[in-house]
Amino acid sequence: MEDRRVREHPILGIQEENFVEITVDGQTLRAKEGETIAAALLANGIQIHRYTAKKHEPRGIFCGIGQCTDCVMTVDGNPNVRTCITPVRAGMTIETQQGYGKRGTGR
Amino acid sequence: MKREVVIIGGGPAGLAAAIEAESRGCDVLLVDENRRAGGQLFKQLHKFFGSKAHSAGVRGIDIGRQLLQKTEELNVEVWLNSPCIGIFSDKRAAILHNGVTEVVEAEKLLICTGGAENPLRFPGWTLPGVMGAGAAQTMVNVGRVLPGKRILMVGSGNVGVIVAYQLMQAGADVVGIVEGMPKIGAYGVHAAKIRRAGIPFYLGYTIKEAKGTDKVEKAVIAQFQGGKIVEGTELETDVDVICVAVGLRPLSELAQMAGVRHGFVPELGGFMPLHDENMESSVPGIYVAGDTAGVEEASTAMDEGRLAAAAAAQALGHFPDEEAEKRKQEIRDRLESLRQGPFGERRMAAKERIVGKGV
Repeated sequence: MEDRRVREHPILGIQEENFVEITVDGQTLRAKEGETIAAALLANGIQIHRYTAKKHEPRGIFCGIGQCTDCVMTVDGNPNVRTCITPVRAGMTIETQQGYGKRGTGR
Repeated sequence: MKREVVIIGGGPAGLAAAIEAESRGCDVLLVDENRRAGGQLFKQLHKFFGSKAHSAGVRGIDIGRQLLQKTEELNVEVWLNSPCIGIFSDKRAAILHNGVTEVVEAEKLLICTGGAENPLRFPGWTLPGVMGAGAAQTMVNVGRVLPGKRILMVGSGNVGVIVAYQLMQAGADVVGIVEGMPKIGAYGVHAAKIRRAGIPFYLGYTIKEAKGTDKVEKAVIAQFQGGKIVEGTELETDVDVICVAVGLRPLSELAQMAGVRHGFVPELGGFMPLHDENMESSVPGIYVAGDTAGVEEASTAMDEGRLAAAAAAQALGHFPDEEAEKRKQEIRDRLESLRQGPFGERRMAAKERIVGKGV
């Protein structure tokens, strides 16, 4: 898989990385401790966060600051979680959201 | 629960306001919905302009660190991960804090919730991979993850040009910067860095279409004249990200909810809450500052926050009139010095219009 993490940066320097495991659509992935869900998914090459209710079109990161709600997903059974401002936690379960999502059942 | 000064939004305006109010002896509560305060400062890797008093030559990220440090030294009460979900007319703010809705009664309420990027609609604009330039900047500079490998930037203002440079700095290929106007919008210093890096500007061009099945694969740009795309001038290129940098608008939902009078001010991002020379809105005791009170820059946001806080401290009786008036004048003079040059002058005139005539 392509690597999108910027480990060395001319201004920010080298970053320390501690990883935790998260589950995305049933698959176990590595995420950097404390990073947002959106950043973790991007680093793992995942760009589609949800499909719209009527036309089932894919949506991903758009504003990145919690304003547009385009990037919402179902997290630990709760739909409509803004992934761009929600940090990952070890053992978190994240699912691609279909439409408005359903509480508890994931999809 | 009661607090003298409640500040909603911990970006440059909110942090500077919290420091000013707390130093004057006010009982302050600062709330922010993010897991860390600092707003967008922590993605600003470039050095700021202005005078020494405005931390010129210092990177935004370092200004953010300084503000956070000062806030800690002063023991300002800060609630993080705490979105304000509503404001009642009598300055009561409903804040979601640790899973509970706390209603905080504020004597003075400062709304500085910042701004948001404007979208640009074109065929394919909803595809994953089309995002705000600020979103890409957050991913790369805060998240340390590249949003893509081959990126097209739409918009050559400061945001577009700075973000394009920073994406390149982190290892992405920026295939070009598209600008509908005949000339580059950004400051010369920033544009020159792009030129030196060999990234082409497509002046008088716009984005026509983003192509791809479930994410962006290609961008089609075309010449743009008189507000129309010139057919037959299309250029197509492989990209995985298209960044949109076409200006920002004030985020003023909370001010609207509080019944604050708004007006349309194109120079400052459009529909915005109006304010007086103390940053006080039409609702007594409710102040606005920073991008919420008209989109400008982080330096102006900090000074507007300080101005609002000084005025609030004065009104609360913590800041003797004579000293307060002197302090406020000093801040207003600094704001005036920031609003210079061809872009600054327009904003200055707009601010004068708002304060003087209320439009």
